[in-house]
Order: sequence, then structure tokens, then C-alpha cells
Amino acid sequence: MTANTVSTVPSGNSNALLLLLKARTFIALILVTVFFTIFAPNFLSAANLVIMSKHVALNAFLAIGMTFVIISGGIDLSVGSIVGLCGMVAGYLVLHGIDLGLGWSIQFNTLEICLMVIVVGIFIGAINAFLITKLNVAPFIATLGTLYVARGAAMLSSDGRTFPNLNGNPEYGSDSFRWIGAGDVLGIPVSIWMLVAVGVLAAYIAMRTPLGRFIYAVGGNERAAGLSGVKVTQVKYFVYMFSGFCGALVGIIISSQLVAAHPATGDTFELNAIAAAVLGGTSMAGGRGKIGGTIIGAFVIGVLSDGLVMMGVSSFWQTVIKGLVIIAAVVIDQAQQRVQARVALQQQAALGQ
Amino acid sequence: MTHPIGLKIRGGTKVYPGTVALKNADFDLRMGAVNVLVGENGAGKSTMMKVIAGVEQLTSGTIYIDDQEVQLTSTEDAVRHGIGIVFQELNLFPNMSVADNIFINREKTRFGVDIDRVKQREETRALMRRLEHDIDPDTLVGDLKVGQQQIVEIAKSLAQNARILILDEPTSALSAAEVEILFRVIDELKRDGVGIVYISHRLEELIRVGDYITVLRDGVITGARSMQGVDIPWIVLNMIGDASKDFPKTIDHPFGAEVFRAEDVYLPNTSGGYSVEGVSLSLQAGEILGIYGLMGAGRTEFVETAMGRYPHARGTFYVDGKPAKSPHVSDRIRMGLAIIPEDRKQDGLVQILSIRENMTLSSLDRLATAGHLDVVREKKTVGDYVRQLMIKIASAENAVSSLSGGNQQKVVIGKALMTKPKVLLMDEPSRGIDIGAKAEVFRVMRQLAAEGLGIIFVTSDLEEVMGLSDRIIVMSNGKVTGEFTKGTATETALIAASAVGHSVSHAQAIQANKEQVL
Repeated sequence: MTANTVSTVPSGNSNALLLLLKARTFIALILVTVFFTIFAPNFLSAANLVIMSKHVALNAFLAIGMTFVIISGGIDLSVGSIVGLCGMVAGYLVLHGIDLGLGWSIQFNTLEICLMVIVVGIFIGAINAFLITKLNVAPFIATLGTLYVARGAAMLSSDGRTFPNLNGNPEYGSDSFRWIGAGDVLGIPVSIWMLVAVGVLAAYIAMRTPLGRFIYAVGGNERAAGLSGVKVTQVKYFVYMFSGFCGALVGIIISSQLVAAHPATGDTFELNAIAAAVLGGTSMAGGRGKIGGTIIGAFVIGVLSDGLVMMGVSSFWQTVIKGLVIIAAVVIDQAQQRVQARVALQQQAALGQ
Repeated sequence: MTHPIGLKIRGGTKVYPGTVALKNADFDLRMGAVNVLVGENGAGKSTMMKVIAGVEQLTSGTIYIDDQEVQLTSTEDAVRHGIGIVFQELNLFPNMSVADNIFINREKTRFGVDIDRVKQREETRALMRRLEHDIDPDTLVGDLKVGQQQIVEIAKSLAQNARILILDEPTSALSAAEVEILFRVIDELKRDGVGIVYISHRLEELIRVGDYITVLRDGVITGARSMQGVDIPWIVLNMIGDASKDFPKTIDHPFGAEVFRAEDVYLPNTSGGYSVEGVSLSLQAGEILGIYGLMGAGRTEFVETAMGRYPHARGTFYVDGKPAKSPHVSDRIRMGLAIIPEDRKQDGLVQILSIRENMTLSSLDRLATAGHLDVVREKKTVGDYVRQLMIKIASAENAVSSLSGGNQQKVVIGKALMTKPKVLLMDEPSRGIDIGAKAEVFRVMRQLAAEGLGIIFVTSDLEEVMGLSDRIIVMSNGKVTGEFTKGTATETALIAASAVGHSVSHAQAIQANKEQVL
């Protein structure tokens, strides 16, 4: 019935409709921004925008890593825990260095600490990939397992206590640790610059490298990709390690911003990351998604929650609204797929085939 | 003994967009007998069966059951008229018990609420007794052997009071012993007056089990008679016809040096035997080598092993005299091998990606420098191949799923050619594409061979293998059972070679049966 009515629409309309549907996340972002500009006082002030973008950045990092994983046909539930564990590792290294026993310990500067934390994040990602590729564990289960293991390890690292006062020590060159979360360059917070760098890198990988193409191919049809010479195992290692890398960055940024590391940090962050990816048009079935879309998706979620807070809407309602937005996004996504397939078929039919 | 006609089709025609699958067919299905249906792939057998089973409707023509005109508009309709079908790919739920499978969607219930397992079990046991099988109703279907699963499918049809049972290639996955059991079941059903339609490619089997035979060719019934006096040459003649279809003329060219060699290839399968057993062959540049055989003969497994899909396979492959070291597909591609897989959808294409992305998937390292993909060059290369292969597309950016089967196949061929292969492995390259596209694919094959490419192509189409190959190898049960040149190949010889393993095991089974009787 629907098909009949729709097919009578000339293809010009279909194309316009398709364009509108493709830009839907962006349109949604503009709409929520306009809405809050009108109804929330000071929403567009520079100070508020900076705070908001800092919030958004944390989710956006995770969502970028998550996007690659989802495009490859998997899921990474462990990122929230990676954030927590990496924050604890960072906090421990700033406070204690590495204790060699006998009263000796090695202290590190900020860069060394960051690199070591990043290695931890990537290592957990590699474990995920190992479980999934070599031991054939379903991604959902494998990363659910590492979710618990990493969270437990974070708790064990301090017996559940917070590592406070991560101010660093100028003697060791670790006093600049606070700068990551609090500093700015040209008036823009460091974490935003980092997000720009990671975002551009990820988008470049997705669009302009064979690796990126392989990620899409593996998610779209793993068998065909394998038979086309794609090294499926390596591709999966990459996406989970990249996701772990993003988790480590967020762990570092949060512990620096709070000047403290708490082992429960990052709880349920993975769900927000998945939400941002889905909102940005990433298909949970794999093979489809864009880094740019994901970042816009993260902004929609971030703007929505911060704006609702500023309007004084209860946090319970915020949760409900966030859920509704995600459901709406997926429903519209389905519509876009149908329109897109129809436009392609119409073009093909126009060839007289 | 006369067999009443239970179902007949008069003037049956079925038109699909682009092709006529069935032309004015008159078919009689006799009860209490095995009605054999034979023909090459795409001859219209499955179309006719789908029409009878209510899956498809005739474009024109009528179906009569017991001389009453009927409309079979759905499978439920067909079931109501007592028609059951056992598809080649079994439609069972491996995670559920035998009884649950048999009564799926028709569960025996108490007051329409809870499932009466006791009653289901009883009825299942009764059915199994009738089929002379001792399968426990509570066994999971996934734990059964393929032959037993087939029995479950048959039981499912019988449970719906099927008077007409269609078996589509029932023996393709069965061992010789299981085939014997199936034949006994068929005899039993015949005695009960069930009309059986039996589709198979194994001609000797057909002659043995059939009472009536109908041969189809290109949607037309070319022969229908009682099985008495039918022999293989008669079947082949009706299957193939006198006049061969036009295959592109051989472009006479000298063959080059040996470009590909396989030595002692073994591929173990899950049941402890070998899917490919000791296959050795060699190929010269510019030569087209056809591998003929029935489904499950190990042909697909052989080319996929050559491509490096199965790391646990044994054997050595040489390209240009250099042995393959790593078992990985990407290294085989680098050596100069390329594959056109049998199952386009599953193995050939990433449906969700665009035509461009699919075509360049195997050769991205050629289009990238230091990890940077040159998209402009990529688009240009794709454009070149699209023109060269005459692929009809609106835009290379559209999803590959929007193309017709023939054009999709050309995209797969384009993908393989882009890797600049020395040897092309084509697995059933003409499957599921229309006649026009077939001819073009064959033309491309000829042209590539003339340019010096070595081609190995796998087919179960006799005419194709005879018309296209410079040399033919026949496989059966994982082994090479015959090698023919253009001069020595005849249809009968090829068919005989393709049944080698089977007829031996048949003979043994028959022998065993006789001994039992004695």
C-alpha cells in the first residue's frame, strides 16, 4: 500500500527527501540548539558552550571508537570500564610512579604517563579482539566479560577508594597533568583539540584508507571480505584496539579534569557511546556508519541533556527524552534506507534494465 | 499395473521478468508411482515444483487435482490439497526436537493453550514406524545425520496427510547406505498410494527408482514416458537436444607455459572423510579448464582451497612455478589467483556497499600509496572496468544490491580482474543470471583466455562445459574421475565419470541388499 503511493512520487521528490533524511542528525542538532537558545537563558554564552563541548567531547571520543567497532559488525561494551581503569592507572602513576620495591620507585612525566595509560587501553582492546577472533566469543559476550574484569580491576587498584589530588610533581615533570583537563589553546580547551585530532584521524581512516574500507566490508559481509583477501582478524584487532585507545584518552581527560581518579568513573558510558553512534546513522547490523554522523550524534545527546538541565527539567524526564530521541532516530533511519534503495532501483530501471 | 493421474498441469506457462521459465507444459503426476523430473539447471524443474507446491503461481494454464480445477495460491492451499515438498535445503529447526519440528505451526494442543507433547510424541513415533526409522521424537534435529533429517522432513509432509510428495534432489547429501534406506521408504510410500515427484541430477539413480520420467529443457517438456526402456543416452539427448546453443567461437591461440599447478590437494571434512581427495592438476596460460561434476563433488571446495580459504587443507599450489607459502587469501591474490565464488550473495559481494567499493575491495593496495587511498584514481579505474565489461549501471555509487544478477556477476568479475590475476577460478559463473548475461560472461571468458589468462571454471552444466572448455576434468566424491580433451569428451562419458564414486557405492549397496535377502 505504502509502496504504491510512494512509487507514484516523481524521483525528483525522492531525491530531495533522501537529502533531507541524510541530513537528519544535523537538522536535529540545529533544532535542539535553536530550541534551547530560545527557552534556556545563557544557552549560547561562550562560557556555556565551552563547558558543554567539554561534556560532549568525552562521549564523542568513545562514540568514535564505538562507531568503528559497530561498522565492523561488533559491539564494545567494555569502553566505560576501560575509562575507569585507565583513569585509575593514570592516577596511580601520577601519585606513586612504579614501585620497584626496596624503597625505590620510578616517577614519570605527563607524556610518559599518558603513553602508558594509552597502552593499557589498547591492551584491553587487544584482549577483546583476541577473545572474538581466536576464541570465537560473540562480541557482546566478550566485551561484557571485559567490562566486569576491567571494572573490578579498577576497584581493586585502590580498594574502591579515590586517588585524590592528582596535581603532579614539578620535579618529575608531571605537574602538567592538570593541563590536559583544565588548559586551553587559543581559548579552546585541550580536550576539544584532542577530539578534533582524533575525529579527523578517524574520519580519514574511514574514508581515505584501505583499512577503513576493510572495516566496512567486514561488517557488511565477513565471508565475502575474507574471500576478497581482506585480513578479517587484523581488521577486528584494529577496531577494538582503537576503541580501547579512545577509552584510555577519556580516562586520562576525566582524571585530569577532576584532579582525582575514582574507580566507578565511566559507568554506563558505553551506552551513551552506542546511542551517539546510532543517532549518527550507524547501523547495528554493521557495514554502515560515518564518523561525522557519530560526532553530530554525540552533540545532539550532549546539547539535549545540558539544555534540559539549564531549563530545569528533572533528570528523570531527561532520561525519558533521550530514549525517545534514540528510538525516533532509528525509525527515521529505516525510512532513509527504504528511500535510498528505491532511488537506486529507479535509476537502474531508467537504464532499461 | 496402472497408476491413476492425481494431478495434472495443462498448458502451464510461467513468465518471470526477462525469462520464460516454463512454456506451455503438460505434466501428469501419477499416484502410487515415482514421477521423475530431470533437466539441467534452469530448465524449469524447480519452477514447476514451486507451482505445484503453491510457492509460485502459473502465469497461464491450469492445474487439476483429481480432475478438479484448483487454484494453488499459497503453500497452505497446497498442503490442504495434500501436497508436501521436501526442499533440497532442508527447512528444519536444528535447535528443536524432532516432534516439535514435525508439528511446527500445527502443534497439538490441549484447549488451544498448552502443547500436548505426549500426543505429539506418539504421533511422531507412529510416523517413524511407518518410515521404518527409529528416531526418538525428543532428539534435537541438529543432532541427526542429514539422511535422518530428510526422513523428518518427509514425516512432516506425511503428518499433513500428503498424498503427493515432491523430493528435490533428496540424495545430494546422502551416503550410499542412506540412499538405500530412502529408496525403501519411497517404495513403502508408493505402496500406500502416495504420488512422488523425484528430482535429481543422478541419472542412474533416476532410472533405478523412477516409474515415469519427464525431461525438461529451457522450460519445455522434451520427453515424457514410462521408465521402461529408458536409458541414459535417451535422457541426455532430451536434456541437451541436438542443436547446441551458440557458444562464442574459440579464438585460436597457442597456449603458454604452465601457469598453475595443484599437487595432492586434500581437504578434510567434518565427517572424517575428505571433501577433496588427492586432486592434482595443471593449467597453461590461455587455457580454459572446465571442472565438471555433480553438486557436492568437491569442485567448489577445490577452488576455494586453491584460494586459501581453508587453512587446514593439505597440498601445494604453484603459480608460475612458484609455490604458495602462506595459506591466506590476500597472499594468493598477490600470487596471481582470483576467484569468482559460486554464491554471489554470500561470498562474492558486500551487498550494503556501493558498486565502486565492491569492485576495488581486492585491489585497494594498488590504489593506495602509504595507506592513503587515491579516490580519484579509484573512480577512474572502476569506470574503465565498467565500460570494458559492459556493466549496466546508473552510478557506481549505488548499492550493488540494486543490480540484476548478471550485472552483479560482472561486478564480481571486475573485482577479480582488477587484481591483475594470472589464473581465474570461476565457480559456476553462469548461475542465476539470464541467457543474455550468460552469453556475455562466456564472451568475456573467451576474450580473457585469448589474452593469456589461465581459467579454471566449475560447472554442473554439461553443455557449458563442452562448449567452453579446452580441456575437461570430472570430479566425483572429491576425486578426479576423468580427464578429457576437446576430442575425447562426450556427454555420456562425462556423466559416467561424474557418477563414478556413486555407482560403485550403489553397486555395493545393492550387493549388500541381495546378500541380506539371501
